[in-house]
Formats: sequence, C-alpha cells, structure tokens
Amino acid sequence: MIEPRKPPVMNDGLPGWLKSRLFSTPLNTITTLVILYGFYLAVPAFWNWAVTEATWQASGSEECSSSGACWAFVNVRLNQFTYGFYPVDQQWRVDLFFLQLAVVIGWITLPRLKGKGWALAYGLLVMPFASWAMLYGGFAGLQTIETHLWGGLMLTLLLALCGMIASFPFGVLLALGRRSKLPMVRAFSTAYIEIWRGVPLITVLFMASVMLPLFVPENVVFDKLLRALIGIVMFQSAYIAEVVRGGLQAIPKGQFEAFASLGLSYWQGMIKIILPQAIRLVIPGIVNTFIALFKDTSLVLVIGLFDLLAIVQSGLSDPVWLGNAVEGYLFAGLVFWLFCFGMSQYSKRLEKQL
Amino acid sequence: MLKVSFKTLLAKCWRDPVWRGVLFQNGLILVIVLIGYQIIQNTLHNLETRGISTGFDFLSQSAGFGIIQTLIEYDESFSFGRTFVVGFLNTLLVSSFGVVLATFLGFLVGIASLSSNWLLARLAGAYVECFRNIPLLLQIFFWYFAVLGVLPSPRESLVWGDSLFLNVRGIYLPKPELSGDTSIFFGAFVFVLLVLVALIWVGRRYKRQSGRTLPAMKTLSVVSLITIPLIAGWLSGVQLNWDLPVQGRFNLSGGLTLIPELVALLLALSIYTAAFIAEVVRAGIQSVSSGQREAAAALGLRQGRILKLVVIPQAMRVIIPPMTNQYLNLIKNSSLATAIGYPDLVNVFAGTTLNQTGQAVEVIAMTMAVYLLISLTVSLFMNLYNRYTAMVER
Repeated sequence: MIEPRKPPVMNDGLPGWLKSRLFSTPLNTITTLVILYGFYLAVPAFWNWAVTEATWQASGSEECSSSGACWAFVNVRLNQFTYGFYPVDQQWRVDLFFLQLAVVIGWITLPRLKGKGWALAYGLLVMPFASWAMLYGGFAGLQTIETHLWGGLMLTLLLALCGMIASFPFGVLLALGRRSKLPMVRAFSTAYIEIWRGVPLITVLFMASVMLPLFVPENVVFDKLLRALIGIVMFQSAYIAEVVRGGLQAIPKGQFEAFASLGLSYWQGMIKIILPQAIRLVIPGIVNTFIALFKDTSLVLVIGLFDLLAIVQSGLSDPVWLGNAVEGYLFAGLVFWLFCFGMSQYSKRLEKQL
Repeated sequence: MLKVSFKTLLAKCWRDPVWRGVLFQNGLILVIVLIGYQIIQNTLHNLETRGISTGFDFLSQSAGFGIIQTLIEYDESFSFGRTFVVGFLNTLLVSSFGVVLATFLGFLVGIASLSSNWLLARLAGAYVECFRNIPLLLQIFFWYFAVLGVLPSPRESLVWGDSLFLNVRGIYLPKPELSGDTSIFFGAFVFVLLVLVALIWVGRRYKRQSGRTLPAMKTLSVVSLITIPLIAGWLSGVQLNWDLPVQGRFNLSGGLTLIPELVALLLALSIYTAAFIAEVVRAGIQSVSSGQREAAAALGLRQGRILKLVVIPQAMRVIIPPMTNQYLNLIKNSSLATAIGYPDLVNVFAGTTLNQTGQAVEVIAMTMAVYLLISLTVSLFMNLYNRYTAMVER
C-alpha cells in the first residue's frame, strides 16, 4: 500500500511566477527587496521632478519652479533643436526632407509593403542628392541656404544618412579588395582598413578639417560640412568593409567555383552571385554600424558644426536659460535613444528573419 | 611568326588572368602614386604660401602653455615634445583606468542579466539598452556639466571623515607617501616577481612532463608577493604616510586631486563601454551549451567549480575577441576628452599645439600614429592571449 502523498506545491499562476522568478532563494529575496526599495526611492522622486512640479511654459529660467524640471527651455528651443539656424520661412524644405526620409524608411522597414527594391534604390541613389539639392537650393527660384546655417536634428540625420550611403560602395570595394587574389590590391585595402579602424574618429575629423584644405590646390575651397562628410566617409567605409568581409567569408567556396565554371567574369560573378548573398547575410551588421555612425555624428561639434548635441550644448550657455543642463541633455539623449533603439530593434528582427 | 602586332599582344594580356592582374595592379600603384604626388605638391605649396615650415623642429620649441594635469614634471617652459608626452601619458592613464572599470562593471551587468532573479535581469537589460543607445559625447557632457558642474564651491566642500573632499574642482583623496629608503621595498618586489615567473615556468614544464601541478602555487605567489616586500620594507625602515587634503581659506591643498574632467571622462567611458561588454559577456556565457553544465554536475562538481572549470574557460574563447574590440573602442573614445578639456593627447597636441604651431600635417600624423600604435599593440597582445585560450583542434 502506497502512503498518501501531499499535493504538489502550486508552481504556476502569479504566486508560482513570483516564487520562481523573485523569491526562489534567500539571496534572490534580498536582491528583489533591495531593487524594489531603490525603485521606491527613485521613481516617485523622478516623477515629481519631471512631471508634477515641472514648468512647461516660461520665458526664462527664473520663471521655472526650483524643485521641478524646466521643460520650457526645451519647448522654446525646439525649433532650433530641429532645424538649426535654417530660416523659418524656408523650413518647409526641411520638413519635406524629413517626410521623404520617413516614407522611404517606413517603406523599407515595414513588412508586407511591395516594391522594397525600388524604395531602396531611391533611398540609396536619389535621396541623398535630392535632399542636398533641396536643402541647399539655388535653383528653380529656391533661395540658397548656406550650409553653416544647417544644424540640429536635421544635420544629424543628414550626416548619418549621407555618410552611410556614400561609404557603402567604398566599403564593398575595400572588402572585395581585402579578399582579392592580387597581392598589391589586398595590401592596399588591408592597410587602408586597418589604419582607419585604428584611429579615433575625432582625429579623422581634425584631419578632414585642418589637412584637407592643404591637400587641394589653393583656389579650391571646400565647404566645412562637406569636409566633415569626407572624413566620416573615409572612416566609415573601413568599418563597412569589415562587416561585408564577414559576409563574403560566410559564402561557401562552391559558389565562387560555380560562377567561374559558368564562365562568368570576376565582376559579373561578384555582382550577380556573391555580393547579393553576402550583403543579405550582414544586413544586421550594417544596421549596427549605422547605429554607431548615428551616435558618432555628434563628434562634429569639435570642428564647429552644430548637430543636435552641439546645438543643445550651445543653448545651455544662454544667460536667460542658465541651469537647464539636465533637461537639455535628457531631451537630446531621448531623441538619440529613440532613433538608435528603433534601429537596434529592427536589426534584431532582421537577424531572426534571416 | 614573331611579328605579333602590339594590339593582339595587348588583347592577349587582357584575356590572360595573370597578365590582367599585373596590369591592374600596376595601374592601381600608378594612380596611388600620382594622387600622393599631387597631394604632397599641393601641401608643400600651400604651406609655403602660408609661411609654415615643414619638419619636426617645432618639437624642441618652448610650448608656452600650461596643462591642468600632468603625470610628469611640466610647466610652460617645456617643449612641444614634452606636451606630446604629457598628453600621451594622460591618454594612457584614462584608458587604463577606463578599461579596468568597464571590464568590472561590464562583467557585473552581464552576469546580472543572466540572473534567475527576474527583476535584476530586467534591470541589467535596461542598463544596456539605455547607455548603449546614447552618444558617448552626450554622456560625457552630462557627467561633466550636469552632475559634476553643480557641485558646491571649494569652501562648501562635501566632506567624508575629514579626509575625502568633493567639490566643483574635483575629488580630493589622501595620498599615500613612502618615506625612507624605498629602493629596498621596490627591489624586493621585483625580486619576488622574477622568482615567481621562474617558478611558474618550472611548474609548467613539470606539468607537461608529469601531468601533475605543483601544489599551492597560486596562494603562495599572492602571499609572498605581498608579504616579502612589506617585511623587507619594514626591516629597512620604510614608512607609509598619508598626505591628507587640508581645507584652506580659498582652496584645498595637499592630497591627491582627481580633476572633474578626469572623473567625468572615466565615469562616461566605463559606463558606456560596460554596456557593450555586458552584452559580450552575456553572449559568451550563453554560448556554453547547458549540456556542459549538466555533464559537469553529473560528474559531481559543485556550482562554483562548474563555473570556474567548465563554463568560464569555454565562455572566454567567445568573449575575448569582441572584448578586444571594446577595449580598443574605449581607448579611441578617450579622445573625446578634448570636448571637456581633459588634457589628453588629442587635446594638448592635436588641439593646442596644432593651433600654436600650425604644423597640421606633422601633428595630426603623430597623433594618428600613436593611436595606431596603441591599437596594434593591444590587438597583438589580445591575439596572443586569444591563441593561448583558443580551443586546440585537430
């Protein structure tokens, strides 16, 4: 005769979840309690500061409450943070740029939309030039807006976008060069990649801003923004090259042999067989370098360009709005975070799909 | 028969892959040389019209500017060459401390994100997502201007236990000072270190030959490395004194000062890089299949031994290469110091020195060369270590 046993301990539902995830061992219980106590201290205090006691409308720091956040500062400056010093009556051009960007990116990233190839082609081949022309103007009755007036989020997006798109073809070429059978080509590509990957972007930007004017004939004058962009592209293509090289290495040798045996030339085989597969494999990696570039665009402030961070930073020294550093940085941080987090989620989703 | 026209020869070369390769490569070299020549010509011409001399003579000229933090003796009368060294040392200082702090914090967060405690794991995940997705420069500014910038003035310093002061000019700590004949102390330290290295070498040979390890090597080495120099120092009369910071009328004097630029940079660099290291560590530990843990447990190993002998050695193989990249990133990112005025290499050399001398080409080239050298050295050592830990496959 088997002794009657006690019923099994309940392990599902909320109590079971709590027990297994939060209170399974004494150490776990202590950890949970400590974290909860931390939340108890931090969350209400932050809520009070950021929402309950915050000031949303004011004309200067003095009108803001001393115990709450002064969002009025961000509110008043929002236009400048977005458009830089772009003339107000011309800002519809920037809006058009934002809209175009949103449509193209939405088209490429949202599932179940047809014609992604066309959207991608437009985004890579037409959009950068069209945007630049539209923002700069000087044709068809459009007022010319010099690049030193560009700034804020618009400049951040433009730098990231143009930097990424322009460095992509160079990166692919360098990756092919590094995998080439020709020793000189390989040596050149390897040296280029390793040199740019070994130095900080800040020195590359310094180089682009100080040395580039020395390299060209006297009468050629380079726009400051263009110089920064050249530096970013030189730097970024080395990183893209390494990502693409990873993809190339993942393609089985049989694929290379197959296109050769079909009688395709090197370039035909690469463009039609190898690269489409390789790039498809490394799209998540490319998105990740894009995130890095997006964050790195903030470095252009050391050579005197006013991207989003630089314009927030300069706004903080306005005597009317002194003492709003935390609010300014939180706002800029949130904007950067939204873009980067969005991209990283997209990259994760792609990784699962591929 | 020998009369082959030039045209057919060219066509033949073009069709032959070997010849085509040679042609293509020579073309590439020619283009690079031409572009290089053009650039050098332009640069020389431009420098001449601006009245800037070329060469490295400027390194011996007197610098004429001060630097807020130096590890070696320096004042305005020293040369630009000296400012280069000062900046380089400051870069090394912030990088090495940053690497240690980031590794420590990164491992902590990475392991926490795998915790069985749901709340702790979520918190670690939130840490990673938050700090990874915000530009480092913004984080540096945040710590420097929004946190350290609002500390009280030196007169109203925050004080802990009369020896640790915190104010807007930095953190003041007691500074350890050795008095007496310190050479015996350091001599003993070096001597013990050399003996231990020899012992490890012998131990490894012994293990290779007999398959057994020498007993108690680790405890012995740690204990002797600490105690023997201490005893030697004590016998020869070396004394350890603490130089305490003292609050004066306007400022603090004495002690060890950590300038706010350094503190902000260290905080931002290590918190930012730790978010990446945490992901590396998490991926590394997750890459060890659970079968390995179960097998080790089935052999009767305890939890700690399983971690130390089975999980971590295998995880390290996955962790080391991406970790190397993160270390290199941290070192390169330390150059953002220039934005808040911490006197690193980029700030004092590619910034101030360049502005004062106008020697753009030489200064930028030297700065880049230093970072390249650091990058290559670190990757070399990490690759050696990687080879040492890599799986032996046949």
